[in-house]
Amino acid sequence: MGKPLGILVAVALAFALAACGSDDPATSSRPTGGGATASTRAAAFPITVTGTNGDVTIDARPERIVSLSPTATEDLFAIGAGDQVIAADDQSNYPAEAPTTDLSGFEPNVEAIAGYEPDLVVYATEPGDLGSSLEDLGITALQLDAAPTLDVAYDQIDQLGAATGHTDEAAALVEQMRSDIQALVDGADPAAGTSFYYELDDTFYSVTSKTFIGKLFTMLGLENIADAVGKGSGGYPQLSAEYIIDSDPDLIFLADTKCCDQSAETVAERPGWAGLAAVTGGGIVPLDDDVAQRWGPRVVDLLQQISDAAAAEASAA
Amino acid sequence: MSVPEAAVRRRLSARARATALGVVVLVAAVLIGLLVGPVRIGAANVFRWLFSFGNAPPGMSEQQALILADLRLPRVIVAGLVGASLAASGAAYQAVFRNPLADPYLLGAAAGAGLGATIAVAYGPSGALDLTVPAAAFVGALLGVGLAYGLGRSSLGGRATTSLVLAGVAVASFLTAVQTFLQQQRSETLRQVYTWILGRLGTTGWDDVRLALPSVALAIATLWAVRRLLDVIEVGDVEAQSLGLNVTRLRLVVVIAASLATAAAVAVAGLIGFVGLIVPHTVRLMVGGSYRSVLPLSVLFGASFLILVDTLARTVIAPAEIPIGVITAFIGAPFFVVVLRRNGGAGGLKKRVRSASGSPPDGREAA
Repeated sequence: MGKPLGILVAVALAFALAACGSDDPATSSRPTGGGATASTRAAAFPITVTGTNGDVTIDARPERIVSLSPTATEDLFAIGAGDQVIAADDQSNYPAEAPTTDLSGFEPNVEAIAGYEPDLVVYATEPGDLGSSLEDLGITALQLDAAPTLDVAYDQIDQLGAATGHTDEAAALVEQMRSDIQALVDGADPAAGTSFYYELDDTFYSVTSKTFIGKLFTMLGLENIADAVGKGSGGYPQLSAEYIIDSDPDLIFLADTKCCDQSAETVAERPGWAGLAAVTGGGIVPLDDDVAQRWGPRVVDLLQQISDAAAAEASAA
Repeated sequence: MSVPEAAVRRRLSARARATALGVVVLVAAVLIGLLVGPVRIGAANVFRWLFSFGNAPPGMSEQQALILADLRLPRVIVAGLVGASLAASGAAYQAVFRNPLADPYLLGAAAGAGLGATIAVAYGPSGALDLTVPAAAFVGALLGVGLAYGLGRSSLGGRATTSLVLAGVAVASFLTAVQTFLQQQRSETLRQVYTWILGRLGTTGWDDVRLALPSVALAIATLWAVRRLLDVIEVGDVEAQSLGLNVTRLRLVVVIAASLATAAAVAVAGLIGFVGLIVPHTVRLMVGGSYRSVLPLSVLFGASFLILVDTLARTVIAPAEIPIGVITAFIGAPFFVVVLRRNGGAGGLKKRVRSASGSPPDGREAA
């Protein structure tokens, strides 16, 4: 009796940790007022930046950064701060030159992190009290939690730019992302009522339009079948198979190609799925799980992929 | 033996009534399970579909026939098999361990299944996932129970039931530790393992029916066949032995059968708590403590209970689903407390578990 219950609780927590966060505006980082991001001089240390854990003062240009967040790792390399990163967590698999170690961002070992003698630790999730533990050791820690919106994702890049002395590169990257995304949104012309199902795993967990990833689809004018789910699902509902089949979405996006080995073939083999429009009409779009879970520069690539699929669907229709 | 004839007849008719009720409830549960879902199909359509044996009757879309044939029907069947397995093995464990709190996961079946699933997800070949994970969970559950049984038997000798339960606790902790360690090594598969363990009736198909049916049928048939002996063994090892029963062998057979049923249930549905506790106890409160009634009725009501709970799981917040284990605990725990209070608390419950069929008090309770 106790065991299954315990597991239920553990799982509920695991999902809460893994899934939420990005849905809660209260935990997001806010743009700094005035000083930090506005300064264009790269060497303006000490500088105060704002993360999910509040204002963080960085005394000098960090040269020994440990990144426990795959998104932050991508951000840092994209703004030219890659050679200041000495260690990244075990999930930081992009870009290829990222110094991936066996450090874990989910179960951080403070002693192992301190062993790298970092002058800045960037992390996303906070299990326990990582931030204060690091501060007790005199290590500056900056938390950048899952971004609920693109604006917060941009701001995190700006904050990282300011924190590492790459303010201009960060601003340029954000500008590039903004214009690329604007171009994709402007060019989007999906057939009216093009619907999609976004699959997080092979038990039909999905996302609603309230989530970071869901908002990307909304920007392109696509209709999310998971939005039929009422409030209270936290943005990541588990859909009924029969509902998905009955909705018969035009497009199916698979964000579980790595985790769960899903593909157009495995979807077609599921009981009752073979006759779906997306299956027969080539509307299954395999995504890179990693890109789909992060809120870094590759969001543009993800949006491009979604946009291409929508365009193909529109021309086929 | 010396029970008056009238009492015997009364008990028989009470049992017949309860069995009839169980069958009616099961049929109703199956129909409700087929009729209700996030997609509206319409009662008339469902009945016409049933009577045309799965061919889409006129006026019904192909999609609807597909949903009934490939999703709802196998899901109802699997829910029924799992509910029957958990309830029957719960009743059997409670008998052979003489413990009202014994449940199907007691001897490390859950921990073993979890470890098996984790190994398959984290290290198994990619691709053939659909079958390797449940199969690994099945093997893991049997290994967990086998380990607990082996350890419990070889230690402490005399106090067989206590040492078995303690060995089960130790094995479960050990296997859970191994599982946690492996998950840490492969943290990217963490979520998948948990989703899997939490329950997967949402993805049930005919494959799961084929996977579960043979083991469940074999296990329940075995438990059904020995149901009278469960009454004897529950009185006590010494007493049962003096009646000429090979207690050690019977306990082994019952533990193997119950574990087989549990392993099959975990393999197709993940961990679902409370069914193995509340169903047998509720049945006991209805018809008394004799396993001649408790076991068959646990099978019937266990199947109905889980079919109905699964129907709730896919309709309450449709088109989203609620993990089924959450509902069994959410409904099960308060319901159980109500039943318990109305029937004289834990003392009354324990008396019912222990009172075997031959003893006179049972005759009165059944009336």
